[in-house]
Amino acid sequence: MDTELILMQLFSGVALGAILVLTALGLSIIFGMLGVVNFAHGALFMVGAYAGLWVASLTGSFWWGLIVAPIMIGGFGMLIEYFLIRPLYGRSIDDPLLLTFGLSYVLVEGVRIVFGSDGIPFPTPSSLTGVVDLGVGFFPIYRIFVVGIVFLVVVLLWLGLEKTKFGLIVRAGARDPTMMKVLGIDISKVWLLVFGLGVGLASLGGVLSGPMRSVNPEMGALVLAEAFVVTVIGGLGSLVGSIVAGLLVGVVISMTALFAPEMATIVMFALMAVVLLIRPQGLFGKLA
Amino acid sequence: MTKGTTRNHISRRHMLAALGTGASVVAMPWIARAADDTIRIGFPTPLTGPFAAEAKDQVKSAELAVKQFNDKGGINGRKIELLVRDDKLNGGEAATRTLELIEKDKVHAIVGSLSSAVQLAVNEVTRARGVLYVSISQSDTINEVKDFSKYTFHEALNPTMTAGAVARHSFKKGMKVAHLVADYAYGHEMLRGFKRAQAAIGVETVGEIMHPFGAADYSTFMPRLRSMRADVLCISNFGRDQANSIKQAVDFGLKQQSRIVVPVLLHNQRLAVAPEVFEGVVGGSNFYWGLESQLPSAKAFNDAYRAANNGAIPTDYGAYGYTGVSSLLMAMQASGGTDTDKVIAALEALKYDVAKGPQYYRKCDHQSVQSVLVLESKKKADMKSDNDLFSIVANEVPSEEVLRSCTELGFPG
Repeated sequence: MDTELILMQLFSGVALGAILVLTALGLSIIFGMLGVVNFAHGALFMVGAYAGLWVASLTGSFWWGLIVAPIMIGGFGMLIEYFLIRPLYGRSIDDPLLLTFGLSYVLVEGVRIVFGSDGIPFPTPSSLTGVVDLGVGFFPIYRIFVVGIVFLVVVLLWLGLEKTKFGLIVRAGARDPTMMKVLGIDISKVWLLVFGLGVGLASLGGVLSGPMRSVNPEMGALVLAEAFVVTVIGGLGSLVGSIVAGLLVGVVISMTALFAPEMATIVMFALMAVVLLIRPQGLFGKLA
Repeated sequence: MTKGTTRNHISRRHMLAALGTGASVVAMPWIARAADDTIRIGFPTPLTGPFAAEAKDQVKSAELAVKQFNDKGGINGRKIELLVRDDKLNGGEAATRTLELIEKDKVHAIVGSLSSAVQLAVNEVTRARGVLYVSISQSDTINEVKDFSKYTFHEALNPTMTAGAVARHSFKKGMKVAHLVADYAYGHEMLRGFKRAQAAIGVETVGEIMHPFGAADYSTFMPRLRSMRADVLCISNFGRDQANSIKQAVDFGLKQQSRIVVPVLLHNQRLAVAPEVFEGVVGGSNFYWGLESQLPSAKAFNDAYRAANNGAIPTDYGAYGYTGVSSLLMAMQASGGTDTDKVIAALEALKYDVAKGPQYYRKCDHQSVQSVLVLESKKKADMKSDNDLFSIVANEVPSEEVLRSCTELGFPG
């Protein structure tokens, strides 16, 4: 096995990991701040892809789809939080889980009714088609662009949470919501925005995935499973955990694909099982 | 592996037989339908799941065949009814629905299913209950003596025919081929079909990669596929896996290095991605609507289908629903009714041409001997309409030469 191939495989793994990071972040943020396990995450990822495609076909530009769809679906997420999730705060963790689980079915069926159950093409923007020579092999320009976007999103999220007043409130709210209320801060507004942010990230992942995979109503199912595996390995609710675990899972999948390709999907579940045995709280999680 | 599969089959067979006995004891006469003289045909197919698009086309085509016979006054004055059931692309579900159709709905025959594994589950039930079954999904094992049922007729192509035809028209002696294969029955059978044809032509395999069924991302397989430097990249998978894997192979620039070839080029999957992605991809097919320019039977089928479905055209797997139901009804007509043994004899003697040129069922394994198409996906600029997807590279005439011989399948000479 030559080194060029292994280096190329490592790079493919990191690129795949970046996509996993993006899908896991939204799930992790919502759980970390609100304690809601969002089972509709995969469906919202899919709705995001359709919204991106719709906006792109209306405006004739991929870029408008990339910007508008996450905002639009993020707003839709806020409506979900306000009307559906909010009444369930303070009840068992199963209630919002069941609600979002049901919601995912509604969303998938809704998209089937509006757009049909066949796949729809989502062309790669012409400025990002083609491959680039990395020295050890060729890689699609679009996938490198996606890695760049994910990096940008991670940096912006970090700055937003660590360096702004809003971020301070969010972090404090996650730790002690009662104290926040006592201090006169309207925590429900913060939760509304955080839920919208998480959903917006899911839908950004959907738009970015569109040109790599065909867009169809079931495309979110596998994404939900992957996002859960990554957040569990990284530690539920830990942003750093999601990032490290996403890249780790990507590289592990890629290396497995080189030596035992038929195991490429199952290996991430094996990795999760091993991590749970050794560190039940996940790599960066805190024990409850 | 083989041992495990065999053991599995036997246990499933026993389980189904037991289940069947149980159901017939429980099924009270008043639950069963009144004994009218309508001819009922059960049609299990995966209406939900990743093959839903193909399954819906199958139903529309089957309904058309039934309607045409009813419009002509039925069979000996008896009306025909199609009972469609969702098998959810699951063997257990399909077996249960089939048993229900037989025990409760008292169907006279079963047509349907769309997956090699699900089809074998239906076959187990119909064989145990002695019910006619026209199967319309690709499989090689269903022809073999171990899975053979005298009640079963295989209307679909099988991997030996499909992969063989594609190989004969796109492989040349001395070429190097790399295989990307879905790791389940369909992929394995297609790979076997290609390798059989490769051996005959003199084509070398430079690498094989098995990918998990239903994978969404294929990027991690690409560096190794590229390093194989093959003349042909052969991708044996079905449904959405086909659209996703071809799209990503093209994104990674593999089309510049190798020609992409698939066993079955799917109409609905080509529609799921841009024409540029599939441009130049070669694959086999049982039916393409464009046959109408050279075949009167294809023209008649297309016209009837358009009239019944607001101008839509029939697709590959959909057409199996039409040819499968039509051949069964023609045999019922010839035999004068629904007596199972008489219909079997009529099917064995039948010559039919309803959509794609002449066809007949081979006596030993009940495989439909029929034409095999090799198609190439068109450039966007060459497409005359939204449905003008493929050009016909070859149309292999029906011949038992391209099938495995009866002795090879284990039937006594």
